[in-house]
Amino acid sequence: MKPAAFVRHVPKTVEEALAILAEVAPQDGRVLAGGQSLVPIMAFRMARPAHLVDINEVAGLDRLAVDGGKLVIGARVRHAAFHKSVADGPLGKLLAYVVRHIAHYPIRMRGTFCGSLAHADPASEWCLVAATLGAEIVARSKRGTRTIAAADFFQGIMSTALAENELLTEARLPLLAADAKFGFYEFNRRAGDFAMAAALATYRLVDGKIAEPRIGVGGAEAQPRRIAQAEATLAGQAPGDAAFRAAAEAAAKAIDPLEDIQTSGEYRRDLVRAVVRRALEHSA
Amino acid sequence: MTAHTKGSGTTWVGRAIRRLEDPALVTGQGRFTADLPAAHWVRFVRSATAAGKIVKISAPDGAHVVTAADLKHVKPIRPMLHKFNYVPVAQPILADGVVRFVGECIAACVAASEAEAEDLADRVEVTIDDTAPLVDARDALADGAPRVHAEAAGNVIVEGKVKTPDFDAVWRGAHKIVKVDARSRRQNATPMEARAGHAAYDAATRRITFTCTTQMPHLMRTAIADLLGFPESDLRVIAPDVGGGFGQKMSLAAEYVVLVWLARKHKSSFAWTEDRRENLIAGFHSRDQHVTLEGAFDKNGKLVALNAAVVANIGAYSCFPTTCGVEPLMAMAEMPGPYDVRHYACRARGVITNTCPMAPYRGVSRPVITFVLERLMEKAAAAFGIDPIDLRRRNLIDKFPYTSATGLVYDEASYKQTMEMAVEHIGLPAFRARQKQARAQGQHLGIGFAAFSERTGYGSPAFAARGMEITPGWETVILSVDPSGFVEARIGSSPHGQGLRTTLAQIIADEIGIEPQLIKVIHGDTDRAPYGWGTFASRSLVISGGATLIAARKIRAKLIKIASHMLEADADDIVLEAGSAKVAGTDRTITIAKLAREAYHQTHRFKGEIEPGLTETGTYDPPGTFSNACHVAVVEVDVETGRVRIEKFLVAEDAGRIINPMIADGQVHGGVAQGIGNALLEEIIYDETGNILSSTLADYLPPTAHEIPPIELHHIETHTEASITKAKGLGEGGAIGAPAAVINAINDALSPFGVSIDEMPATPQRIRAALRQAEKAA
Ligand SMILES: Cc1cc2nc3c(=O)[nH]c(=O)nc-3n(C[C@H](O)[C@H](O)[C@H](O)COP(=O)(O)OP(=O)(O)OC[C@H]3O[C@@H](n4cnc5c(N)ncnc54)[C@H](O)[C@@H]3O)c2cc1C
Repeated sequence: MKPAAFVRHVPKTVEEALAILAEVAPQDGRVLAGGQSLVPIMAFRMARPAHLVDINEVAGLDRLAVDGGKLVIGARVRHAAFHKSVADGPLGKLLAYVVRHIAHYPIRMRGTFCGSLAHADPASEWCLVAATLGAEIVARSKRGTRTIAAADFFQGIMSTALAENELLTEARLPLLAADAKFGFYEFNRRAGDFAMAAALATYRLVDGKIAEPRIGVGGAEAQPRRIAQAEATLAGQAPGDAAFRAAAEAAAKAIDPLEDIQTSGEYRRDLVRAVVRRALEHSA
Repeated sequence: MTAHTKGSGTTWVGRAIRRLEDPALVTGQGRFTADLPAAHWVRFVRSATAAGKIVKISAPDGAHVVTAADLKHVKPIRPMLHKFNYVPVAQPILADGVVRFVGECIAACVAASEAEAEDLADRVEVTIDDTAPLVDARDALADGAPRVHAEAAGNVIVEGKVKTPDFDAVWRGAHKIVKVDARSRRQNATPMEARAGHAAYDAATRRITFTCTTQMPHLMRTAIADLLGFPESDLRVIAPDVGGGFGQKMSLAAEYVVLVWLARKHKSSFAWTEDRRENLIAGFHSRDQHVTLEGAFDKNGKLVALNAAVVANIGAYSCFPTTCGVEPLMAMAEMPGPYDVRHYACRARGVITNTCPMAPYRGVSRPVITFVLERLMEKAAAAFGIDPIDLRRRNLIDKFPYTSATGLVYDEASYKQTMEMAVEHIGLPAFRARQKQARAQGQHLGIGFAAFSERTGYGSPAFAARGMEITPGWETVILSVDPSGFVEARIGSSPHGQGLRTTLAQIIADEIGIEPQLIKVIHGDTDRAPYGWGTFASRSLVISGGATLIAARKIRAKLIKIASHMLEADADDIVLEAGSAKVAGTDRTITIAKLAREAYHQTHRFKGEIEPGLTETGTYDPPGTFSNACHVAVVEVDVETGRVRIEKFLVAEDAGRIINPMIADGQVHGGVAQGIGNALLEEIIYDETGNILSSTLADYLPPTAHEIPPIELHHIETHTEASITKAKGLGEGGAIGAPAAVINAINDALSPFGVSIDEMPATPQRIRAALRQAEKAA
């Protein structure tokens, strides 16, 4: 369980990083952020990058700030940064609540928010947050900068819109309205394990009725996404058991469940039903 | 976790002194096999196919790659049992033309570093002609199934059968028959330190020093020297600090034989450190039993006969030295557990398949049989409409010595008392009230009990009954006091985390009147320690402890003799305490250090009446003793997801005299944690092609601290004549009782749904599948 040989590059600026990446990407060069997903798969030799572009010393990528109604999260921002609220209002609280479900403390000290998005594990909590809240993802290469909507970014199991020569420099999360409610629930077999299903719900109450509902489900399909059918059942309803159950049922029906030898499609739907309802209960 | 009983009084035995081995371990000064530098590192090319013929192995030119063709003169591993229709099968050190499981070693790649050896292994190409694999024991037993080994027709390589004389008549006359059909899936012991070996040639002596992480250094020496065909005296085996073994490190690893062969051939040093993936796929597995158990009861709920059928999937080869008979034969011998039943029939088979070989794992078979038997008790109670505790009361053994239907002699124990103690401390009536209330609110709580007996510390006659060619049992301890008064015990047993350096020192301290902190216990080095069997079967404190006591009594007698000579006092008047010999009732005293000097340097004064020196040997080979316990789990089952949360765990336990309560409690805690893993989480999963799907710790799930509830412990001490220290073994009990208690608790929680969970681990998927089926049926 020793990685195959590789060359490690340690650029100090984004421009330098992009130049190296342009050069090494065709020879299976990869970005190294927190290493908490990449290094294990290298140890298993499931990945054998010949070059690593280590971004841990790149200036400016540690930015974590609210700018123009969005929380900007640079590529070097670790999971642990979210242990306490990083933005006023519900968004900061939401992130602080969710982060405690990611792996274990030592992993959260190294792993990065943007690394999670780039890695795109279907069960990643940050990917679920990005998909549900409609994050913007900024990708840069020597040729320029593009901004990708979360809905277009995630393209399947560990597959994204990012090109090989692109560096994900930052992600931007829209702030939640001051009166927004949120709820999150995930199911796994042991504390700290990847979710077997997770749900994130946000909405506002207008005249006691649910408005602007967002229901995201992760870990149940190839990529996290909002479930329109569940959102539709909620809009205009009073929050409560009946509405939450209906939304959970709609989500369980709507998904195209991931299956494996231990997890049948039926079981995955059971879990989605449970996590969506519980996320909504948590929100109320 | 609640505080354990603190020992007190004037003896060292019974006190919770801190472990003498810990300062080194917790300050990073421990020495493990993988810490040793080596000139060459080895990486094994392993089969990616469960069954097939090797067509071709091609390695890069000039690379150092060893295959079966190089090992023509090395004997295969061929463990032997002389009973139970055992069919010996041979395991070549490296696959020789045929592969029989995913993970089997095909070639050894040698390079200057681990990473380079792995690079080389990547470049070795093996072409295999796949044949149809047998993964499940049921398929291997099917008519016309292919043979995994040509010698083993029907793929059964060991089969035990018993039937007591009047069984059939009693069975026919029974009032009620209750049946359990249960499966315990496959596990891996997952010691923190996986296997590792380091073989080095010494040019001066032309000997090999083989350092490895083993529970049995002397057996490794015997086995490796035999297979390679050279005298044992030319091989020194060292087990340095060992990071857990749990049985997995009892068995001979074929990899170790390759390392010693390389070191002898090339007169250099060769090392291998197993990685977690290798350990999970090839580092020996355990459990994997399918048991059908029927109990016949009379009209009063008294068990009158038991009928068991055991099928153990033992993998592709038989392990050395115990053989694959351990699982099925232990199930057969000990199935009746703590219950009085006079009539018994059993058929127990070990079935060979294209899966990783089985080896003992903490509890060996008893976690499975306790689970099955305790499910039977619960089902029988339901069938009779009586409380399961009451049913157990009617059946637990309470007269001693008790001879079981299979001829085992149970010494004095406390089966009923520990159960009553558990019932009282857990607060059963209050729990039932809380359970009822919770149910009304859709919350599903359950309580589960498991009573069991744990056969421990058994000597050579017990092992001989199994017909083992290699019959373990006894232990030897050599105890010396050097001229400076320094005390050293050299022991044949080989602890790997159990705290034996501390507990043996406590036993010695009481006999010779010095502090345990001044006593060194030396083990795990065949050049320094007397021949011994190692640590397994909850034996070391009983057997090595007994041998230690015998040796210490001899040293004590000799010290008194010398003191009586020097102090000119009657031997009967001399007491040894606080580092000195004293004449009782006087102020005449002499230090033990001074006595020791005398024993070496002033022997002319003894006028031939006392032999020079201060070294004594003790050997102990006891009949065996049963410890016992009752475990209780309180769980909550989330019926929507199938997840089980353990709220509380309680153990009422009797392991005879407790030498060190802190160490005893630690053994129970660790065992319970592994038992919880067995009940809920851990499962080695093969797909139908024989490929392993649980080959990382992201898929094979040992419990973490989060999944382990507070554990409350209570002790009873029944002093047995079957052990000279009065200590019974307790190393495995935690792992034996916990699975049954947890599964019973789950079933109790789910009783309103009419489902029965009789498969371990009870994963959320399995629980939901059972509930879904019940929902559909309703
Ligand atoms: C035991 C364990 C448990 C875990 N449990 C969870 C869990 O419950 N939930 C969860 O979400 N995660 C979990 N993780 C994964 C962890 O959160 C990782 O930190 C995260 O997935 C990746 O972030 P990283 O910074 O470590 O990325 P790295 O490992 O450095 O990189 C991952 C991949 O993303 C690419 N990449 C990283 N950053 C960039 C970038 N800026 N631009 C372009 N490409 C980039 C890399 O090239 C690589 O392909 C767990 C990890 C472990 C070891």
